[in-house]
Amino acid sequence: MVVCSVFRVTSRLARSSLATQCCGRALYSTEQKGRFYTKKHEWVSVKDNVGTVGISSYAQDALGEVVYVQLPDVGKEIAAGDECGALESVKAASEVYSPVSGTVTETNKAAEAKPALINKSCYEEGWLFRVRLAKPEELQQLMDQAAYDKFLQDH
Amino acid sequence: MCSIALSRVLFAPRVVPKISGTVSTRWYSDESKATKTPLYDLHTKYGGKVVDFAGFLLPVQYSDLSLSESHLFTRKSASIFDVSHMLQTNVRGKDCLSWFESICPVDLKGMKDGSSSLTVFLNEKGGIIDDLIVTKVNAETLYVVSNAGRLEVDKQHMKETSEIFRKKGNDVNVEFLETSQRALIALQGPKAASVLQKLTDITVEDLMFMTSRLGKVAGVDCRVTRCGYTGEDGVEISIPAEKAELVTEALLQSSDVKLAGLGARDSLRLEAGLCLYGNDIDESVTPVEANLTWLIAKRRRTDDNFPGSSIILRQIKEGVTKRRVGIRLETGPPARKGAVLKDAKTSETIGAVTSGCPAPSLGGNVAMGYVSEALKKAGTQLFVNIRGKDVPCAVAKMPFVPSKYYIKK
Repeated sequence: MVVCSVFRVTSRLARSSLATQCCGRALYSTEQKGRFYTKKHEWVSVKDNVGTVGISSYAQDALGEVVYVQLPDVGKEIAAGDECGALESVKAASEVYSPVSGTVTETNKAAEAKPALINKSCYEEGWLFRVRLAKPEELQQLMDQAAYDKFLQDH
Repeated sequence: MCSIALSRVLFAPRVVPKISGTVSTRWYSDESKATKTPLYDLHTKYGGKVVDFAGFLLPVQYSDLSLSESHLFTRKSASIFDVSHMLQTNVRGKDCLSWFESICPVDLKGMKDGSSSLTVFLNEKGGIIDDLIVTKVNAETLYVVSNAGRLEVDKQHMKETSEIFRKKGNDVNVEFLETSQRALIALQGPKAASVLQKLTDITVEDLMFMTSRLGKVAGVDCRVTRCGYTGEDGVEISIPAEKAELVTEALLQSSDVKLAGLGARDSLRLEAGLCLYGNDIDESVTPVEANLTWLIAKRRRTDDNFPGSSIILRQIKEGVTKRRVGIRLETGPPARKGAVLKDAKTSETIGAVTSGCPAPSLGGNVAMGYVSEALKKAGTQLFVNIRGKDVPCAVAKMPFVPSKYYIKK
């Protein structure tokens, strides 16, 4: 996957004399507009080492209209894979697992007030919370868009 | 009639496999080999999201409406639900009333021809094997509708008990109608009666709640019973399988009618305070504990001869330790099956939720559960533990939404 190779390059460069010069570019490359997905259908996109987390279109569709959102408290330290919130629809409850480790910096008040945003705009207005990444390398474990699309097809 | 708690249909939820990591209330599975109902093609045609439900391929919802939109549409207009997965049974014979009374606490002999009643199959301990609607067609014929989730258990139970009864020299025959032979649809909502009247020779105005007639619907010979599982006025229509699509399409011609799926059916029945077998009632509870004491017909209390009658009659007299109640959460997350209930004063665990969901007609959430007898009174403040947090809630009267059954005033 693209993410993996970017990270290998970054870590090699970080130890070299070119570290400072390349740092910006290396960081930039982890900030690509893409979203990275978990097998549990959360996504994360990273900017300035802060990951924005939401659920995929597939997940919101399967869950149906979301009527209640429970998000982690700001300041909370979470590890990748931790259950850190929940979405409730008329038909089901769905736990939210963090795709990355770090400290929660912000939650989406708009989505908490109007959970339907998660159905309407799961990648934009309906994001859930933001995390300052403690282990940016964890992104390597996640799927990029192409891998996630394939994952959905195969399952 | 007492506040009717018609409990029917749905079965314990199962998994959505593709998102089994995500969705925790386990509703459905898509294990194949599931049976198609006679309306399967129609579901697909109208954009039904089909799942395996208790071994039948049925729509959770249709693409035109969200679950709460479909729920609200039913309350203000009318919806058609495919309930062909339910077990329809004809019982015939001179002694059919006596046999059925030997397995249920219903007073069939006191019922008029063409009337229906909610009742329960009971085990020897008074536990509920299933809940069902029985129609006394006449003194020698019964028509029974019971739950899909208990299909095999119910068949076995009826077969065994009728065989024993027959061996004692009685006349009773049980005929199970296969899904491939017979469809069942529910037309529910305030506009159900007017929509139906345009297509039937039955005088719908005279068809009271919990009565049943044979008649033509869209030119097809059907059985129409005024009952349902939504709290609304409405009917269930039993149709020969090969004509099911024709009748359903004819009803759908009205702009007052839309198709609705299992999702809306569940939130509608919860708001109406109606039990879901496998969640709110099962073999471990008696009708008294389930707050269904009214199902023990007066005459049968004197007779004392139905399964588990000594236990049940003692409970009626002396009381029970736990009781099914309604629970209202005005705000916050919905309480789902299994959530622990606590006394708000002592924080002591006093029971658990058996089913619950958001309430589209009311806002907030509704649930049912069992609590200790001392805390069953409406208004009692409780906590329900949801994902580790104690959320305030209160015992509430059921139905949560007033029932609109067609009853003579």
